[in-house]
Amino acid sequence: MPHKRTTRLVAALTLGVALTACTGNTPQNTQSGDKGGVKVANDEPGKKVVIGFSAPAADHGWMAAITNAAKAEAGKYSDVELRVVEGTNDVNLQISQVETFINDKVDAIVLLPFDGAALTPVALKAMKAGITVINVDRQFDSPFAARSTVLGDNHGMGVSAGTYICEKLKGRSDAVVAEIAGIDSLPLTQDRSKGFAEALANCGLKVSNRVAAEFTVESGEKAAANLLQAARKIDAIWNHDDDQGVGVTAAIKNSGRSEFFMVGGAGSANVMREIKADNGSHKATVVYPSTQGADGIRLARLAVQGKSLGDLVEVEVPRQVELYAPVVTKENVDRYLPTAFES
Amino acid sequence: MSEDTAVTPTNRPVPVKESQSTVSALLSSAAGRNTGLVVALVLLCLAGVVTAGDRFADVDNVLTILRLAAVIGVVSVGMTFVITGGGIDLSVGAIVALSSVWATTLATQGLANSTHWIVMVFTALAVGGACGLVNGVLIAYGRVVAFIATLASLAAARGLAEIISNRKTQIVNVPGFAAFFDASVLGVPVLVVIFAVVAAAGWVLLNRTTFGRRTFAVGGNPEAARLAGIDVRRHTVLLYTLLGLCCGLAAVMLIARTTTGSATHGGLYELDAIAAVVIGGTLLSGGRGTIAGTVFGVLIFTTLSNVFTLNNLSISAQAVAKGAIIVVAVLLQQRLARRSGV
Repeated sequence: MPHKRTTRLVAALTLGVALTACTGNTPQNTQSGDKGGVKVANDEPGKKVVIGFSAPAADHGWMAAITNAAKAEAGKYSDVELRVVEGTNDVNLQISQVETFINDKVDAIVLLPFDGAALTPVALKAMKAGITVINVDRQFDSPFAARSTVLGDNHGMGVSAGTYICEKLKGRSDAVVAEIAGIDSLPLTQDRSKGFAEALANCGLKVSNRVAAEFTVESGEKAAANLLQAARKIDAIWNHDDDQGVGVTAAIKNSGRSEFFMVGGAGSANVMREIKADNGSHKATVVYPSTQGADGIRLARLAVQGKSLGDLVEVEVPRQVELYAPVVTKENVDRYLPTAFES
Repeated sequence: MSEDTAVTPTNRPVPVKESQSTVSALLSSAAGRNTGLVVALVLLCLAGVVTAGDRFADVDNVLTILRLAAVIGVVSVGMTFVITGGGIDLSVGAIVALSSVWATTLATQGLANSTHWIVMVFTALAVGGACGLVNGVLIAYGRVVAFIATLASLAAARGLAEIISNRKTQIVNVPGFAAFFDASVLGVPVLVVIFAVVAAAGWVLLNRTTFGRRTFAVGGNPEAARLAGIDVRRHTVLLYTLLGLCCGLAAVMLIARTTTGSATHGGLYELDAIAAVVIGGTLLSGGRGTIAGTVFGVLIFTTLSNVFTLNNLSISAQAVAKGAIIVVAVLLQQRLARRSGV
């Protein structure tokens, strides 16, 4: 168990705090042994911590995995009492859920807001009430609204996917690269696309065809079917999201095309299994950790109990933790499969 | 033809002759229905107290319930008028979104900062009212079935909201606006006060004015209403405009609550509002409506949601409970309607 945790906390993390700028994301492995003692100290039951957890509706696999992973993580600690409320895409309702946590005088709130800006006022209210707020994935628009923030690296996902495709298509400046984006309105989608375009530009490639889906299987099928009609020949496709990827794969099967390879996004278990078996168009996927909520639970517990993050010298929990977006291929898939989500 | 659209109830026309006697029967049965709602709400509160104890009966928790109810409550009061008048509006959530976006554009906020924050309120009301007006005109004069016309508005208004906001969340930086709506009057949050005022005004308008009587007449039997000299088309337009204004006001409240305007605001509010109106005892076919019932309907749903939250209950159980409540309410309604109608 300590090893698994180390993998998640250290290996797959980029710490976006100034004080860790010197360490960066270099400690990839080899650390589980000597730091074990620190972790055990942190795991010792401390004072009881009541944590409220609220996230958007679990309408796709990744989002469902966020809540499930958070629940599982809280279950590991005898000193954590987790209160999970109904996932909702209605900001009005989510605000009232946080208000309920404030009324209950919980010790900490782990919040993945449907809309970061819309939940900022109530998060500020919670912080003013002395509650430790941990912001997950979608950022508030005020630095005072959260004690600490756990983020995935959307721009980095695009960079990782683009860099991988560049390597695979080395020297082919006429290659056709297609992109199937997620919900285009979300800043996260714009960040992913920006990183992707930048990485491709680095090796003289560009996105020839771009379509957008909505993270759902149905929308993925529709977008991919259109894309395959629009482009007669494709060399590589990056699909932002493995949940919609189920639909994308179905559309590709229907078309009978196989001249290209695919790179997924987010990192679902079924795509990783396909990569491992090497029997489909997916040759790689880029991880957007679905364990962010679980990391939020851990940070909340540490912050409330006044403990530090084990592998840092600093005695306080960092302000911001930005997770890394690694490329998963056949070679390293076994490392990421255990924390992948089921879509 | 507005008659045709407004009248889903052709299968169950209210005979003109009996209207007098039905009115009195209505009053008594409406009171009866409200008693049922009060009982349901009391049972829910009991369940809350038993399962969550002090956490439920706390003043702060009651205010949390009321704040949650306020936004959807204002929309539901407006929806009560439209449904009582024999119509339906599926576009309310989209209108809330569009109003919230329009009232928070940089241009509007700039104007609000250089003049007064009330500009944002008027913008939201104007946008909501205009959307309602368009709906009403389409339905009354364009002879488009209400279901279709407002379905079209749903798509168009949300699309327009996305275009205006460029699908981004617009953050409000108008200090006076936030300060006003965050305040409390004698310990009651302003948002809750607004809901109470709207509900009271709605009750007076529906039960104590010519406008209200015409609404019942138009919803009950548009043809008879027309023969009685009521301008059914004009009245239909007014009803939808009124609902649009309510949506604009709800948008203002949502902006205050979230400090943002967004094209994603108000998602599925049409279903929540229609559900609250229907379990409140307003007939979907028109001709009967009760503001008090609607307020109880809203409170029942929000209290339910609160009790589930307090008890840490699963994500899906609440939806099942909501569905069950709606079915029971409609079944009850049908029985009451059969008893008094035939």
